[in-house]
Amino acid sequence: MDIFLQQIINGLVLGSIYALIALGYTMVYGILQLINFAHGEVTMMGAMIALAVIHALVEMQTGLPGSLILLTGMSVAILGCMALGFTIERIAYRPLRNAPRLAPLITAIGVSIVLQNVAMLIWGRQYIAFPPILPSGRHAFFGATLTDLQIFIFLLSCLVMTGLVWLTQKTRLGRAMRATAEAPQIASLMGVNVNQVIGLTFIIGSALAAVAGVMDAAYYGIAHYYMGFNLGLKAFSAAVLGGIGNLKGAMLGGLLLGLLESVGAGYIGDLTGGFLGSNYQDVFAFFVLILVLVFRPNGLLGQQVVERP
Amino acid sequence: MICCISLMSQKQKAWASAILLLALLLVLPFLVELGLGRSWVRLLDFVLLYVMLALGLNIVVGYAGLLDLGYVAFYAVGAYTYALLASPHFGLHLPFWILLPLGAVVAGFFGVLLGAPTLRLRGDYLAIVTLGFGEIIRIFLNNLNAPVNITNGPQGVSLIDPIQIGAFDFHQTHTIGSVVISSAFNYYYLFLGMAALVVFVGLRLQDSRIGRAWAAIREDELAAAATGINTRNIKLLAFAMGASFGGLSGGLFAGFQGFVSPESFSLIESVMILCMIVLGGMGNIPGVILGAILLTVLPEALRYLGVWQMNLLGHVWVEPSDLRMLVFGVSLILVMLYRPEGLLPSRQRRRELHFADKEIKSERDS
Repeated sequence: MDIFLQQIINGLVLGSIYALIALGYTMVYGILQLINFAHGEVTMMGAMIALAVIHALVEMQTGLPGSLILLTGMSVAILGCMALGFTIERIAYRPLRNAPRLAPLITAIGVSIVLQNVAMLIWGRQYIAFPPILPSGRHAFFGATLTDLQIFIFLLSCLVMTGLVWLTQKTRLGRAMRATAEAPQIASLMGVNVNQVIGLTFIIGSALAAVAGVMDAAYYGIAHYYMGFNLGLKAFSAAVLGGIGNLKGAMLGGLLLGLLESVGAGYIGDLTGGFLGSNYQDVFAFFVLILVLVFRPNGLLGQQVVERP
Repeated sequence: MICCISLMSQKQKAWASAILLLALLLVLPFLVELGLGRSWVRLLDFVLLYVMLALGLNIVVGYAGLLDLGYVAFYAVGAYTYALLASPHFGLHLPFWILLPLGAVVAGFFGVLLGAPTLRLRGDYLAIVTLGFGEIIRIFLNNLNAPVNITNGPQGVSLIDPIQIGAFDFHQTHTIGSVVISSAFNYYYLFLGMAALVVFVGLRLQDSRIGRAWAAIREDELAAAATGINTRNIKLLAFAMGASFGGLSGGLFAGFQGFVSPESFSLIESVMILCMIVLGGMGNIPGVILGAILLTVLPEALRYLGVWQMNLLGHVWVEPSDLRMLVFGVSLILVMLYRPEGLLPSRQRRRELHFADKEIKSERDS
């Protein structure tokens, strides 16, 4: 029982990181019908920028408390990623808005290669460790352990996601975003500045990615220039699982994928009589993804949408 | 000479240019070896392999309009079929003539296996499922060394039998008259023949009943179904055909390389093949070939960045190995920004795009 609970806890923490990144994919997809392949790399940049700032602050020995250092690093990362997201949209996607559908996909791949290599040039090929500045408290919880960091990650992502829901449902900008997602041309007739809304969508998505990147680096204790690829892949799968273009779907998909992965990793050996080990956790996750899509072709929460001509 | 050309009819001109092209392709490896060195002949072999792969994926993405991000899985299936049945790993040494078709058939079967459950999916949902499928195959190849050792895990299968036709071993250096033909050359001619076959099949498919059915599905699946096309079978056929081309190239790759490991079949490989198609001009065979050539040669050519830096700046500022993928990414972006329809789009596609341009213009003018 305690192992099961432990896997659930790990899965929820992992899933909340996935969910934050998946939100970025799904917001962009909802508006532009574009798979923003570079989003995983934005996440990586967030983690790297934050780590650079944190390392600099730790080396200066300012005597600041760890949480403040983390907060500073995260803020810088958020700002950096916002600028990055905005620039990517301007350079690589906006000129191609009326181009064939696969063209922006290729520029997205190009951007992701560029970002990866820029990160490699700046920070090198080696893994960068997360300095031990955070409290490492452990709490027993019905036979499982819960660390301070896990609680922090889970609460922060819940907070961020609530903020995002509030933003899209209650504010003027959110209404403009939803209108643009539904029908960009009509939204622009109603006085919505579509270009501005799309730019802001990228900025918000990138900020979420930065937060998730920092969380991931803190959770695993390391970051490196290639981490964005896998994270992006998982988060994109999560977004599709929930029904791409749907915010709640992305959150649900992220949490579900995280749970699937950690529970799957814990139990796949028992399920297959020891034939498949925990190194098949990705197979498990993808298999469930495929299964879900076979029975619900539009994802868990996606509604039947008519493809736009 | 010039008057001769002007006297020729259209058909004769086409024949003449085809013969010229053939002659050029036949002497190309010799020219390349003279100009650039032996290693570039090997690169030519890889170019031809990627041409075959890109043309195979082109059937799925370009003709039928099904976005496939896991294409490399079929390449892997073909390669491992060859590797496992012609290496000391299982002690089996089946001949090339059986293995190559077998690889294509097994890959085609996997194509149907992937295609069947995903028929209802559209666009990007299909993309993620194919991507997941590709990853699943790769992870299995990586981990199927325990408890029963099937694929030998991350170490891969080595000492694969070289391709051998009759007594002619493609791995040996042969001397014909005074011309010495090394193994890279042997494979070049084999792959050239295979690529020509793939191009031929691709061209014939495009103009066939099936090809038109694919185009119809690509443009509007509902309308295609309404005109009596069995969309399920035709889509499955696209998956199976594309996959079997991938399997064929995989078998050739295994025999050529003598070694396969899961590392060669990562997602980035699928993405690269997709880039070749889109960059070159989706659905258009010359375009796809151009894309495959460019994207295979460019990363290699960029290894010279160090030399260029030395010559221009007098000092190697950034390691070329660090810089080349960066330049590669930037060129991907730039090409797409300036030619979103690809470098060599098909006539029909270009017309569609230009028609749209005109429409927008007339809307603006009125």
